[in-house]
Amino acid sequence: MNAATQSHAQPRPERDEAYNFAYLDEQTKRMIRRGLLKAVAIPGYQVPFGGREMPLPYGWGTGGMQLTAAILGAEDVLKVIDQGADDTTNAVSIRRFFARTAGVETTERTPEATIIQTRHRIPETPLHADQIMVYQVPIPDPLRFIEPSETETRTMHALNDYGVMHVKLYEDIATFGHIATAYAYPVTVNERYVMDPSPIPKFDNPKLDMSPALMLFAAGREKRLYAVPPFTRVTSLDFEDHPFEVQKWAHNCAICGSHDSFLDELILDDRGTQSFVCSDTDYCAQRVSQGRAEQ
Amino acid sequence: MYVAVKGGEQAIDNAHRLLAKKRRGDTSVAELGVEQIRQQLPLAVARVMTEGSLYDAELAALAIKQAAGDLVEAIFLLRAYRTTLPRFSASLPIDTSAMHINRRLSATFKDVPGGQLLGPTFDYTHRLLDFTLLAEGEYPGPQTQPDGRVEACPRVSGLLAKEGLIKEETDSGAPVADITREPLEYPASRAERLQALARGDEGFLLALGYSTQRGYGRNHPFAGEIRVGEVEVWIEPQELGFPIAIGVIEVTECEMVNQFVGSATELPQFTRGYGLAFGHAERKAMGMALVDRSLRAAEYAEEIVSPAQQEEFVLAHCDNVEAAGFVSHLKLPHYVDFQAELELIRKLRKPSKEQAR
Amino acid sequence: MIAAQHLHEKLHQDVLADPVQPLLKVKGLSKLYGPEKGCQDVSFELYPGEVLGIVGESGSGKSTLLSLLSGRCLPDSGVIDYRTTQDHWLDLYSASEAERRTLLRTEWGFVEQNPRDGLRMAVSAGANIGERLMAQGVRNYQQLRAAGLDWLNQVEIDPARIDDLPRTFSGGMQQRLQIARNLVSGPRLVFMDEPTGGLDVSVQARLLDLMRGLVRELDLAVVIVTHDLAVARLLADRLMVMRRSRVVETGLTDQILDDPQHPYSQLLVSSVLQP
Repeated sequence: MNAATQSHAQPRPERDEAYNFAYLDEQTKRMIRRGLLKAVAIPGYQVPFGGREMPLPYGWGTGGMQLTAAILGAEDVLKVIDQGADDTTNAVSIRRFFARTAGVETTERTPEATIIQTRHRIPETPLHADQIMVYQVPIPDPLRFIEPSETETRTMHALNDYGVMHVKLYEDIATFGHIATAYAYPVTVNERYVMDPSPIPKFDNPKLDMSPALMLFAAGREKRLYAVPPFTRVTSLDFEDHPFEVQKWAHNCAICGSHDSFLDELILDDRGTQSFVCSDTDYCAQRVSQGRAEQ
Repeated sequence: MYVAVKGGEQAIDNAHRLLAKKRRGDTSVAELGVEQIRQQLPLAVARVMTEGSLYDAELAALAIKQAAGDLVEAIFLLRAYRTTLPRFSASLPIDTSAMHINRRLSATFKDVPGGQLLGPTFDYTHRLLDFTLLAEGEYPGPQTQPDGRVEACPRVSGLLAKEGLIKEETDSGAPVADITREPLEYPASRAERLQALARGDEGFLLALGYSTQRGYGRNHPFAGEIRVGEVEVWIEPQELGFPIAIGVIEVTECEMVNQFVGSATELPQFTRGYGLAFGHAERKAMGMALVDRSLRAAEYAEEIVSPAQQEEFVLAHCDNVEAAGFVSHLKLPHYVDFQAELELIRKLRKPSKEQAR
Repeated sequence: MIAAQHLHEKLHQDVLADPVQPLLKVKGLSKLYGPEKGCQDVSFELYPGEVLGIVGESGSGKSTLLSLLSGRCLPDSGVIDYRTTQDHWLDLYSASEAERRTLLRTEWGFVEQNPRDGLRMAVSAGANIGERLMAQGVRNYQQLRAAGLDWLNQVEIDPARIDDLPRTFSGGMQQRLQIARNLVSGPRLVFMDEPTGGLDVSVQARLLDLMRGLVRELDLAVVIVTHDLAVARLLADRLMVMRRSRVVETGLTDQILDDPQHPYSQLLVSSVLQP
């Protein structure tokens, strides 16, 4: 069996006609798309948008869902991941939501998807130019935990007043000897705006830089959306003498043997025996089936 | 090995079925009807309509039933339904001075034109459990005259305004934004603030209002007037060119009268805070009026030192659907972030060379 | 060359180039919160390296004036022109918020009465000192570290405490740290609001001594608000006496303290001199 060529897409489901296509009304979708155009035009800038109440709770991906709803077409193939996996409960719930309200094809295969909604990961499989990533964002402003006031942080963004971001990094190095931010690691987009890449591990930050795919971000509760257009410079904040670096594991994936993917740690028994497996379930499964095919 | 994270679809279906079972309870007990909730839990219905921003007692009662009595969940259900509704028209401002009053009180004057009207209230009841309610039985209630009308009741604030004792509230004529359609930006207009407060969580506003009474942004409130009753809702469709009444809603309105010391250019005057809620919801209307006034601190050049005076703090945190959602999202998996933190904390625990400064 | 050094050298050349031009020109500044509350009709010029003391009792409008001068709040009327290091005149109130903020974190400094308002209490002394440099784009950790150690030394704090949080410092040390945090960017004009306010007398003396040394050494122009005439005498070249929102007398410090002309200045001076 050759997994690389066989389609894993689910058959196109029946659309629930009681709702608008993809739940939101067309006017709302247009409003969101206008916001997206602005976001793409000003990479990394947080565009306020009239976020709607969605039938999922705030904090569970309502921003990402609204973006997906706004850009989804009947011919799209949707993939939804949470923590890198297609079968975590929230990913299942969101995928089902769009299967029901939009009747679109869904897939677990990264290369087959035209839209990938994600929480906390970027797939290991390199993205291509016909794909759009939609990120769910809890707190869109990277300055928020340094300055709680929105009025003040908007001024700081406008005035390029970002010195305080490095204060945090300085403090990490002074205290720990290196920068101690493991996820939601702030980046500078197109040498202008400092942006929160959403709570992806910093391991994924380099995948944002010069990516051929369009990256869209949305925070439903905070009513902000932003974007990284294809082939845009995305650099992680650092110091010349303490450059940005990503996590590395001493282990390989226990399932597929990968040595360069982000690994989740499993605790197997009461004695604390650890095992490490790929967080990206599709990547892992593809490697396994390829391995079998080669044997 | 993947058992821990696989099988999500089946688990979700089962969880939903168990929830339905829990909601229904013992099937040998008669099922609660939506109409029963609407008739017999009118105060819960009022809260769900107010914070759900939708005046529909039947749907609010349905939401309460579906949410198994969890009012924040019911508010959420009603809100999610509300988003899908088309907007036909915006009503004209309701005229609460023409209200058909069921209850009205002023704490500022012993008697006011139109009089004080106690109406249905928990005030002055002894909070003793009424064990007769354990047994099902008819409760007749007092005789009321269905066509009895209270004389016209001018608003108390209007009486103070005649003497110039209270700040005029003027309509700037500026277009009123709809915070459910456009994002709230700071500083917000008063109209936007009042919208946010009207949708805001009753408990949160109550606590903040209370904090101003205890000295955190004190502004010496008096309950100028609280009135509960029915008002007509009018719209003016463009194609008609004249207004038509589309129905009657019950609202609770509260106007607080607060101190103000005057300024370089103005004589001292009272100021006010405003609260309005759907149905009979006095606690909500009062909490809202207190917080509305405290959020006007900047307008009156008062020092902003307390949480109830900080617009961003109050407006960003008063919505219980937002708050409940974000708190509950902590139940979602965070394996990846936690893994990143685990890796980091292990690294931090290893003595580093640079630490030997 | 680090940004602070660069700025400082630039400043020095500037001063040498034209010592007679004022740094700041203030004309008809007014802002009132109530009758005689705030300040009105204040005009003066400040020269490079000059220390101007603003004295008067609490409520006389000193702090309002300082907020106006530093561009933190806008006046009802009046104009301030500031001569930048590029030697052009900047109209402070028509300048953009961005320009004002840039000034406040580069060419200017502001020392708060309460060091807690002027420091980041949640980060170390070194981070506090380094912040302005990082805002100016310094991205080298070792360089920031070196500047931190150097400035702790200059304000007489043991450099070994570079990684300690300000809350572990005494009040006097916090105030000296705040001064270091401001001076690291090589400002040419520093505003000070009762900098010795909350401190014991012995601690005050040491701080004043340090400030006097730094002001002379760095050739700083300073506008200092104080109700303490002893502080004014020690630091200020010139004084403005404020009462009920107005400047009632202005002149050289010694002249005003030894021979006050206005009845209010006389009262102020005599009330201090009497035990």
